[in-house]
Amino acid sequence: MTGYVRPRDLDEALATRAAHPDWMMLAGGTDLMVNAPHREAPAGILDLWRLPAIDFVRVSDEVIAIGAGTTWHDVERHPVIRARMRPLAAAAREIGALQIQARATLGGNVGTSSPVGDSLPVLLALDAELEVASVRGRRRVPYRQWCTGYRTTQLLPDELILCAHLPVPGPATRTTWRKIGTRRAQSISKVMGAAAITLDGDLVTCARVALGAVAERPIRVTAVEDAVRGQRLGQAAEAARAAVRAAIRPIDDVRSTAAYRREVAENLVARFFSMA
Amino acid sequence: MKVTLEVNGAPRTVECSPWKRLLDVLREDLRLTGTKEGCGEGECGACTVVLDGEAVNSCLVAIGQCDTRRVTTVEGLARGEALHAVQRALVACGGAQCGICTPGIAVCAANVVERGLIGDTDDATARARVRELLAGNICRCTGYQLIVDAVIAAAREIEGGAARQAEQRIDPV
Repeated sequence: MTGYVRPRDLDEALATRAAHPDWMMLAGGTDLMVNAPHREAPAGILDLWRLPAIDFVRVSDEVIAIGAGTTWHDVERHPVIRARMRPLAAAAREIGALQIQARATLGGNVGTSSPVGDSLPVLLALDAELEVASVRGRRRVPYRQWCTGYRTTQLLPDELILCAHLPVPGPATRTTWRKIGTRRAQSISKVMGAAAITLDGDLVTCARVALGAVAERPIRVTAVEDAVRGQRLGQAAEAARAAVRAAIRPIDDVRSTAAYRREVAENLVARFFSMA
Repeated sequence: MKVTLEVNGAPRTVECSPWKRLLDVLREDLRLTGTKEGCGEGECGACTVVLDGEAVNSCLVAIGQCDTRRVTTVEGLARGEALHAVQRALVACGGAQCGICTPGIAVCAANVVERGLIGDTDDATARARVRELLAGNICRCTGYQLIVDAVIAAAREIEGGAARQAEQRIDPV
C-alpha cells in the first residue's frame, strides 16, 4: 500500500519527510511519473504540488527567490524574471512543452539533478544559492556545490528544497543561455550552456560559464572563466574555445556523440564571448 | 485511497492506489476512453487533459494528487451535440488523419484558445505561436499544416471576447 500525504503547510511537510525519508517527494511528476506502471510503486508519496510555502517568486533589488514548487510556466511568465533574468525565462520556455511547463518545477529540476536538466546551467551561471529545510532547521548551499555526481545531490534524507536565491545580474553583466537538441521542444538536449559575463566596455572583467550534457552533472567551466578574464570580446572567444576543448570529456550515447558534443560546446561558448 | 475529483463537470469518486495514473483512472475506472495513451513518458501529448485550467499530460499525473481537482477530457469539450470551436475547426480543415493524437490535440488547442494564449497577432506570428504551444502534441501520420490552420481558425473565432474572461476564471488551487 502506497502511503499518501498532501501537507497543509511546511511544518507538516517537514514532519512527514522526517517520518518517511523513503517516500517519494512528488510535485509535478514530469520526471518521476515517467513509465509509472512499469516501475515499482513508492512506499509513499509526499505531495508537494502547489504547497504554498514553496510556490512563490519573491523579488527584491538584489535577489529573486523562486520557490522549489514554482512551475516553469510561472517562471516563464513572471514579468520581473523575464526582464531581469532573461536566460532563466528562456530556459523555462524550452523545457518540454506547454503540458510539461504546467507541471514541472524548479525544485524538480534541481532535485532530480539530471546532467541534462535544462535550467541547471542557468542556475550555475547566475550563481544561485539553494535553501533547504528539515525539522532540524534551514541551511543554504551554493548551487555550484549542490551536485555531487550522476543524479546525486547534497540533499539529506530528511530535507526538502525550499527555494533558489538568484542574485540579479548588474547592468554591466550580460547573461545568455542556449540549448542544442534535435528540436526545441520536448527532445532532451545534446549540449546546453549558459553564461554571465561582466564587461567593462568590451573587456571581460569576470565570467561564469556553465555547460550541461557534457559530464555526469551540470558543470561550471572554470578553465574558461580564467582564460577570458582581462581579454577583449572576440579574443576571448578563441581563448574560451581552447579552454573548453581541454576541459570537457563528453560521452557517446543514444542522443549524440562525444565528438559532436565537444565541437558544439566549443562553438557555443565561443559565441558567448564573440563581439555581437 | 479514496479520491473525489470533478470530471467534465460531474463529481466522480474512485478508490485506488495514489500511484495510479490519472490516465488509467480516466480510461479504466471512468471508461472515458477518448483520452489516449501514446508514449507514457510525457513526450507525445496524446493523453492531454485539462487539470485545474491547464493542459497537462495525464500519463504523468498521480491520481493521489487529483483529489478535489477539476479535469476536462476530450469528452467534455462539446456541449451536447454542439462541438467545441476547436473540434469544428479540426473537422472543417481536415486536421486529422489516423486520429490517435487528435483527442490530445483538440484538448490542448481548446485550452490554448480559451486562455487566449495565441493573442491577437498577425497570421505569421500566430502560426509560430500555435506551433510552439502545440509542440507537445506529436502527430506521426500527417503534417501539422492543417492542424495549425484549424487552431488559428478556432482562435480567431473564440479569442477576443470570451478568451480574456476564460483566463481570469482559472483560479489557483
